[in-house]
Amino acid sequence: MEQRILEILEQNSKITLEKMAIMLGVTQAALDEELNRLEANRTILGYHTVVDWEKTDRELVTALIEVKVTPQRGLGFDKIAERIYQYSEVTAVYLMSGGFDLTVVIEGKSMKDVALFVSQKLAPMDSVLSCATHFVLKKYKQNGVIFGPEEKDQRAAIWL
Amino acid sequence: MIDSMISSRVKKIKPSGIRRFFDIVTQMEDVISLGVGEPDFATPWHVREEAIYALEKGRTTYTSNSGLLELRQEISHYLSNRYNINYNPEDQVLVTVGASEAIDLAIRALIEPGDEVLIPEPSYVSYSPCVILAGGIPIAVPTTEKTDFRLAGVDLASCITDRSKILILPYPNNPTGAIMECHNLEEIAEILRKNDMLTISDEIYSELTYDLEHISIASLEGMYEKTLVINGFSKSFAMTGWRLGYAAGPPPLIDAMTKIHQYAIMCCPTISQYGAIEALRNGIDSVRRMQEEYDHCRKLMVHGFREMGLDCFEPKGAFYVFPCVKSLGMSSEEFCNRLLDDERVAVVPGNAFGDSGEGYIRCSYAYSMANLEEALTRISRFVTGIRAS
Repeated sequence: MEQRILEILEQNSKITLEKMAIMLGVTQAALDEELNRLEANRTILGYHTVVDWEKTDRELVTALIEVKVTPQRGLGFDKIAERIYQYSEVTAVYLMSGGFDLTVVIEGKSMKDVALFVSQKLAPMDSVLSCATHFVLKKYKQNGVIFGPEEKDQRAAIWL
Repeated sequence: MIDSMISSRVKKIKPSGIRRFFDIVTQMEDVISLGVGEPDFATPWHVREEAIYALEKGRTTYTSNSGLLELRQEISHYLSNRYNINYNPEDQVLVTVGASEAIDLAIRALIEPGDEVLIPEPSYVSYSPCVILAGGIPIAVPTTEKTDFRLAGVDLASCITDRSKILILPYPNNPTGAIMECHNLEEIAEILRKNDMLTISDEIYSELTYDLEHISIASLEGMYEKTLVINGFSKSFAMTGWRLGYAAGPPPLIDAMTKIHQYAIMCCPTISQYGAIEALRNGIDSVRRMQEEYDHCRKLMVHGFREMGLDCFEPKGAFYVFPCVKSLGMSSEEFCNRLLDDERVAVVPGNAFGDSGEGYIRCSYAYSMANLEEALTRISRFVTGIRAS
């Protein structure tokens, strides 16, 4: 039940409580209670929309930065991650295995914006050893959704 | 001149009475359709990719008549793991061009002129023509909503004669969505064990059941020897266009079917067979995901029709709902024609699947949620209008 709810919402956070209850074969009250529980224990952290900003006038540059840091005794990477994710420009921070430590995704109005953030905010931080900035040129797929026109139903209207 | 040359057997097959309705639907634009009997998913990418690799590697020759041994082995594993029925891939499995070919082959391999074939109805439309073409006599065994469209022992028994040779067991059922539970199968098996009939169990929707797992009648005691299991990739793995199915059963029957198959078809498309191997090896997770989505749609549809005040039997299999429109004082065809005219929604009249389907409509829910919701809104408006007039 919990997993089904989360899967449905992950695909469509706009779905109504009524419809979801029907799809799951439970009462709205029971579903509501379950959702409250999942929100309260922060399993559900938010309800978001996948936007193709290219279709709008908004100027937006996304960059992915590979960051190498020095972990701190007793705190590991958490403290430095926290210092990084507090910035509103930063949309995601992940601790990585492999050749670097943190992946930091940031959004800005222009490449200059991003460059300034890296050179003035991120790189000078005490524990940060190095930054490698990669700009996103084109988004093909995000959150399981493919960007671009929807495929039309190719099937015949009637088939027994 | 040519007309008089067409064989009497072919002429005996009546053109479907609802052909005209179908023609109208296909010519109309902007129709919201719930009329399609195939999944709305594309085949899982890993399966498509495997077929592409097969092409790249130049796997473009014939295969063995029975199908790639590797595929038959996978089919054998699958049937054993999923349904607890064991077949030797060497001489008990035949890969066919869809389940449809397997049905045709089995009937042709078995029927002598005048043999009777029992077909529970409402059901898929190909059984009866195949029987007629083979010179046999199709005998409809009507099922009703009272028995949840399951085949009841008494109804089966009342249709059996000295000429009865085959029982077609089409469950999970298209168009009703009915399934046969273990006790239903036991009731039928009780009768079948006592006579010489062979059961052709068309289990093409076996992966699409809800709340209950599919059970093959071949897994029941004493039924393995007298059952031919037919299944395929079309519905479960969303592979309709690949045209790939299979039959598994007693060696002499598979041998006879292979004889016809090797002259009529030679072998199934090679690329499809490579795709199917991948589907069976790594595709079950995709099947589960699709099945869950169908289940959501199923509940939405049943609820939607019941909200309109129509009787709607709860289907436990396939991807159709089969609501009853009798309360509106209309025949299936009248309902469908007017719904198409007034609201541009295409559904299939139940009588297309046999006389016992009269008074019902088949609505597929293998569509996007948005499509289903729009269709329900329109049908509801239509039903309200009919009641008011």
